[in-house]
Amino acid sequence: MATIRTEPVTINLGPQHPSTHGVFRLRVTFDGEEIVDLEPVFGYLHRGTEKLAETRNYVQIVTLTDRMDYVASMSNNLAYVRTVEKLSDIEVPERAQYIRVISVELQRIASHLMATGFLLNDLGALATPLVYCFRERERILDLFEMLCGARITLSYMRPGGVFQDAPEEFWSSLNTLISDFPNYLDELESLITTNEIVLARTIGVGLLSDAQAIDSGVTGPILRASSVKWDLRKASPYEIYDRVDFDIPIGSSGDTYDRYYVRLQEMRESIKIISQCIKQIEPGPVRTETPFFIRPPIGEAYSSVEGPKGELGFYMVSDGGISPYRCKVRAPSFINLTPLRDMITGWKMGDLIIILGSIDIVLGEVDR
Amino acid sequence: MNPTPALFISFESLEKVFETLIELIGFGESFGWLATLLAGISISFLIINVMVMATAFYTWFERRMIARFQVRRGPNRNGPFGILQPFADVLKLIMKEDTIPDEADKPVFTLAPIALLAPTLMIMIVIPFGTFLNKEAFLSNLNIGILFIIGVTSVNSIAIFMAGWGSRNKYAILGSMRGAAMLISYEIPMALGITSVLILSGSLAMTEIVRSQSVWFILVMPMGFFVFMAASTAEMSRTPFDQIEAESELGSGYNTEYSGIKFAVLFLAEFMAPIVTAAVVTTLFLGGSQGFDFFPGGIWFALKMFIVIFVLLWFRSTWPRLRIDQIMGFAWKTLFGLGLFNIFLVAAEFTLAREFNQIHDGSLTTDYMLIMAAVNWFITIAVILIMANVVGRKKYTRPEPTPSPLANMGMGEN
Amino acid sequence: MYGLGLFKGLGVTMKNLVSPSRQFNIVQYPNRRASPFDLAKIDNQNPVSFIATHPLKTFRSLLGLETITDRMPQHANFRGEEFAWYDRRCTGCASCAKYCPLGIIKIVTGTSGVNQQEGQSYDIDVFDIDIGRCMFCGLCVEACPYDALHMGSGFEEGKYRRSDLVINVDQLKSAEKKPSTWFRPQLTDRGHDPIKGSTADWEEVGRHEKPSLEDQNKRWAKR
Repeated sequence: MATIRTEPVTINLGPQHPSTHGVFRLRVTFDGEEIVDLEPVFGYLHRGTEKLAETRNYVQIVTLTDRMDYVASMSNNLAYVRTVEKLSDIEVPERAQYIRVISVELQRIASHLMATGFLLNDLGALATPLVYCFRERERILDLFEMLCGARITLSYMRPGGVFQDAPEEFWSSLNTLISDFPNYLDELESLITTNEIVLARTIGVGLLSDAQAIDSGVTGPILRASSVKWDLRKASPYEIYDRVDFDIPIGSSGDTYDRYYVRLQEMRESIKIISQCIKQIEPGPVRTETPFFIRPPIGEAYSSVEGPKGELGFYMVSDGGISPYRCKVRAPSFINLTPLRDMITGWKMGDLIIILGSIDIVLGEVDR
Repeated sequence: MNPTPALFISFESLEKVFETLIELIGFGESFGWLATLLAGISISFLIINVMVMATAFYTWFERRMIARFQVRRGPNRNGPFGILQPFADVLKLIMKEDTIPDEADKPVFTLAPIALLAPTLMIMIVIPFGTFLNKEAFLSNLNIGILFIIGVTSVNSIAIFMAGWGSRNKYAILGSMRGAAMLISYEIPMALGITSVLILSGSLAMTEIVRSQSVWFILVMPMGFFVFMAASTAEMSRTPFDQIEAESELGSGYNTEYSGIKFAVLFLAEFMAPIVTAAVVTTLFLGGSQGFDFFPGGIWFALKMFIVIFVLLWFRSTWPRLRIDQIMGFAWKTLFGLGLFNIFLVAAEFTLAREFNQIHDGSLTTDYMLIMAAVNWFITIAVILIMANVVGRKKYTRPEPTPSPLANMGMGEN
Repeated sequence: MYGLGLFKGLGVTMKNLVSPSRQFNIVQYPNRRASPFDLAKIDNQNPVSFIATHPLKTFRSLLGLETITDRMPQHANFRGEEFAWYDRRCTGCASCAKYCPLGIIKIVTGTSGVNQQEGQSYDIDVFDIDIGRCMFCGLCVEACPYDALHMGSGFEEGKYRRSDLVINVDQLKSAEKKPSTWFRPQLTDRGHDPIKGSTADWEEVGRHEKPSLEDQNKRWAKR
């Protein structure tokens, strides 16, 4: 019996769209309701960060790195500043290292809150979990305002430490936040994690096996959700991560639910790290004296940190002047988009948005 | 924010007023039809105005309540407490350009909003409000009230299809076809839910249904209430079933190409649906205008409608939405099965009532209904929990995460 | 148990609706509706006497027609959109212009004929900061060796024309100076808080003091 002949249709999920997390374009080919092929097109937010870095001096580039992954500025700053210190052999005092770790873990919580909120917004929950997540994120941004005067584009770190010590009000507000936050996470979990509609829409959707993940070069919570236990903070510890005690949550099957749940558990681990840092910190200087215009010796260096979205690395080549000769960024969101096609083909239209949301890309980082 | 119940105005009284007026003017007996016509027109005018105002204030109320759920305020700048916000919205929409796509099917495109609004308004004809003096007064005494409602709500699906087809837009047609399929498949559970009410009330007229509720039907048949509530939420395309107007995917569904006053009419029809559904649910399951004699019946009716509307809002602001194939599966598998099971259950209990001689003038005694209520609640909770756990355990159990052997920093199982 | 997760979610939403401890971040800028208690507190009266003496105002506020201003609490460290520039401290060295990543500061100095024997004081003819392109990173403030330039603390600098966004030297000289304590630890030590309204004079904002004559002679005795 002859069936109706259908033709696959190609639709452009354009750069301006309420749910593609930025100016990101997808050309999707549908057969009925099922996705047959997918082609991502990006570059709409390219601002030439790496080229601009070649004409600015080493402190001015800190402001450039803020704006790459504009959701998690502290980790970008940290990755860049560590590379410059490695290149020019600058020692960082201990108090600065503790403050850096506290800021980066706070930033990790803020970024994961934003990712969770937007994943639920894509699921259609009419922005209620989104607003709850952002309400907590506001408290973290208020803490950042106390530290460095701005909320999102922070430029807090300098080669040699952080540029300003934390004021007195910071520590008391931080203690309040840490004691309130686990209750808040329990409330968020009872809203989301056991909700049958969320389970029905995210379990088993968008699978990424561990072999596929490692082959594509994916890092961060996505890799850990595919049950690969790999975290740069434990594999090659930097700053003071070898003095604090924390776990690395992993998922069991690499679907969307696992990626969400790994992020939730990572938030709890960050709280643990911060509370241990508060106990261990000692008074002291926060910045080593560096000249205004740093001139590193001729050479090259690469160093990376575990950002909220994956491994963020900077590779810098210096020719002895006040600007780097080449500054290359290993952006995690860009590399995490590699298995996008394999993850999405075979699923339906409604799943496309959710899988894209669970990868948690930030276009500033993808395009730089 | 709720329609004011007709206090002294009903169809018969207006008819009498117009008859006396015509006699005064001196037209005579053969113009009796004129009195009926004038009474009908004035009642319709009143009802349409009240419903449109009620919908306008309902949009204000919904925005304020959803904002309160989300720990923020709603509109509060236009007028005190933001009361004038719906008028500001309508003013803006009227001032916009009324575009019609070039290749669109113009008659279909223009008539679709009207075809969506008219059935929703027509449902209000048969809803029995209580009144001050006369507990039975209502707007129109149709003895097939419920059947009228089911028939009229079916026009919604073709109106949505008209809206998508007339736009001649890939995304609109996609959205409206999904919508039409969903709406048609949810009419069956709605009818099944209503049938179980009919078994107990014995008549299709809405006033009879209210009268036979000596114990409210929500207590007597909770499974029927659940089936009807779920089906009517899907008929209104509200969360969790609002895939067809999901703004975060594929534009805006079937109302992509509408702008200006046509969009205002579509918007009005979409927001009138919860009010009308609340009225129907109140009549069928919550006892209509029954209550203590402290307040008039109309006020009780309004209060119960308010509670149903609030619960619908609560669902909308908390839950995410289901995917389209899950929505269809829910209708055809779960709700259909539960609806049939509920009909068998209620019919079995009704037959048993006849055995035990508990039927007085067509409806059951209060004591028997209370026993039925207890038994039915127990069975409903048991059935739903068993079904959820059996299905849930099969699909949603997650194995314990074990680290993959491929790359683990040399840390093994720690 | 499956089947109950949906209702737990409903409970969370209801708790957020009802309990006031979860509603800690509602700030309605620029003004919010005032209840009679708020109005009484502003007038420094207790509510009963306020209702007795101002019945019309109480009635209006119950209808929702009275407003009071509301603002989010800001920290003293906030990097604002205006700048506080002290021209008695500025020497026209243009370190800020050199350090700006965007190059938006334009400085033109001319000789003023004052202090010619001791190395010439300069007249600042042009000192333009274009806040239409500024990203308020604060590197200019970090670079100033004489503590003449500080970040401001306001944020309502919107104008109707793009060319109005360029702050020129007269505006900088005559503006009310509310320097933020960003990168200025000496202001924090003095308890300066621009949000609560403290202003600072040119003598009070510096880190360094001019060295005394003996110190100068000691350091540069062998000139």
